[in-house]
Amino acid sequence: MRATIRSNLRAVLPPVLLGLLSLAAWQALVVLADIQPYLLPAPTAIATQLGLVMPVLVPALIATGTNALLGLVAGSVIAIVGALIASRLWIVDELVTPVVAAIAVVPIVALAPVLTTMFGATSETPRRVIVAIVVFVPVFVNTLRGLRQVLPVHRDLMRAYNASNWQLSRTVTIPGALPYVFTGLNIASSLAVISAIVAEYFGGLQNGLGSRITSAAANSAYPRAWAYVFGAILLGVLFYATTLAIERAVSRRPGR
Amino acid sequence: MSIPAPSSASAVDVRGVSRVFRTGKGQSVTALDDVSLTVAAGQFVSLIGPSGCGKSTLLRLIADLDTPTGGEIHVFGKTARQARLNQAYGIAFQSAGLLPWRTVAANIELPLHLHNVPRARRAERVRELIELVGLADFAASFPDQLSGGMQQRVAIARSLAESPGLLLMDEPFGALDEMTRERMQAELVRISAETGAAVVFVTHSIPEAVFLSDRVVVMSPRPGRIRAIVDVSLGEVRGELLREEAGFFAAVTEVREALHLDQAAPARGMDLR
Repeated sequence: MRATIRSNLRAVLPPVLLGLLSLAAWQALVVLADIQPYLLPAPTAIATQLGLVMPVLVPALIATGTNALLGLVAGSVIAIVGALIASRLWIVDELVTPVVAAIAVVPIVALAPVLTTMFGATSETPRRVIVAIVVFVPVFVNTLRGLRQVLPVHRDLMRAYNASNWQLSRTVTIPGALPYVFTGLNIASSLAVISAIVAEYFGGLQNGLGSRITSAAANSAYPRAWAYVFGAILLGVLFYATTLAIERAVSRRPGR
Repeated sequence: MSIPAPSSASAVDVRGVSRVFRTGKGQSVTALDDVSLTVAAGQFVSLIGPSGCGKSTLLRLIADLDTPTGGEIHVFGKTARQARLNQAYGIAFQSAGLLPWRTVAANIELPLHLHNVPRARRAERVRELIELVGLADFAASFPDQLSGGMQQRVAIARSLAESPGLLLMDEPFGALDEMTRERMQAELVRISAETGAAVVFVTHSIPEAVFLSDRVVVMSPRPGRIRAIVDVSLGEVRGELLREEAGFFAAVTEVREALHLDQAAPARGMDLR
């Protein structure tokens, strides 16, 4: 027990110390070099703003977080189902693969204004659609790769057992693909938050973190903008950590 | 479930079987050419020969994992395909082929699970099999926590799950070290005697073939043919001391000479351990 606490401490302490040291160095730099707030605000100024904007920050976090979450779930579900179908039907594979390649190169900046106009400025839908599109590609590509990783010996074995296609999928292909699915989801979870924030830069509702960052910056309230950036970082970490936790829970190996 | 072998029908009957692989551009490789072989029920038969002699191909044809281009194969009097559909054989490969996300017990249970054996009967059978291969303490372990030899024992237990009358083994000990290998051979002799199953065993190793088998089938490559069949009469009980007996050495020599009929040097890819 004490050993695990100590090893946990040893894992956590260095990065925390490094973070604190960097903050101290940042503060020292701003104070000693007399850097103006519009260039780089001091951590203390940001912390003060963080306290002040908290009543606004929390709803903004929730608004952006909801968009990211709904987009992430929708995009991932479509991607996983799509990959399952594509791995079984070569015709779907041939049809879908070029489309996925096309989606992969669609820039959010190009899509966001178009969708905002399409769905209207008061709708959250365009942001969720953007997140879903961005998330789709890494999940689809990784899942499909995982589904294709069946070892020849397992294929032979299942044929020897006269297993049906569904049994092959359920006992070999899908469990074998799970680590790949989670690789995709880990990438997607960070992308979801980033794209949900960036989507807000292009008009529409002014309730999320992205809008708050742009309006604070437009008003030259740089420490406030940084306070919202801090909120965005928190949201990203939350999403990433949650996916990681789900991955740990799903992979049946204890201690892995 | 398993079909007990009728005493009259042989376990495996291979008649005039050929397998030609097309390699494209009109070229082809003859892996097996007009091979005939009969394995009686309960008999232990090894296939031995240099790399590329078609011994693994022959095993895959018996298992109906591949189809011959000529000839016929019957397993317990039925076509190879029907035998596979009826689960007449158990199979083990050179790589254990365990599912890494399943425990040892769940891996052994796999064929029973796939064939909808009731849970209680599954659990009972798995307990027996784990006992049989001496892994009782590792039922809840995962494959990557086991040594290569232990993984292979799990694979053997899995192949025995449905009490098949025929075991097909493709170099199951090929990746093991010498000491583990000899211990596994002794265990396989015991297991095959206890279960009474016929075994077709592919190997590179002459001593292994001699130690295990009632008959050793010596094959030659390109095209794959049966060169000789050596009857090994070393008796039912095969302990470690057998490896030091004159009869053992005589059989080893006989197999070796059959392998090297046409050449002075050992054949390429041959394992003389």
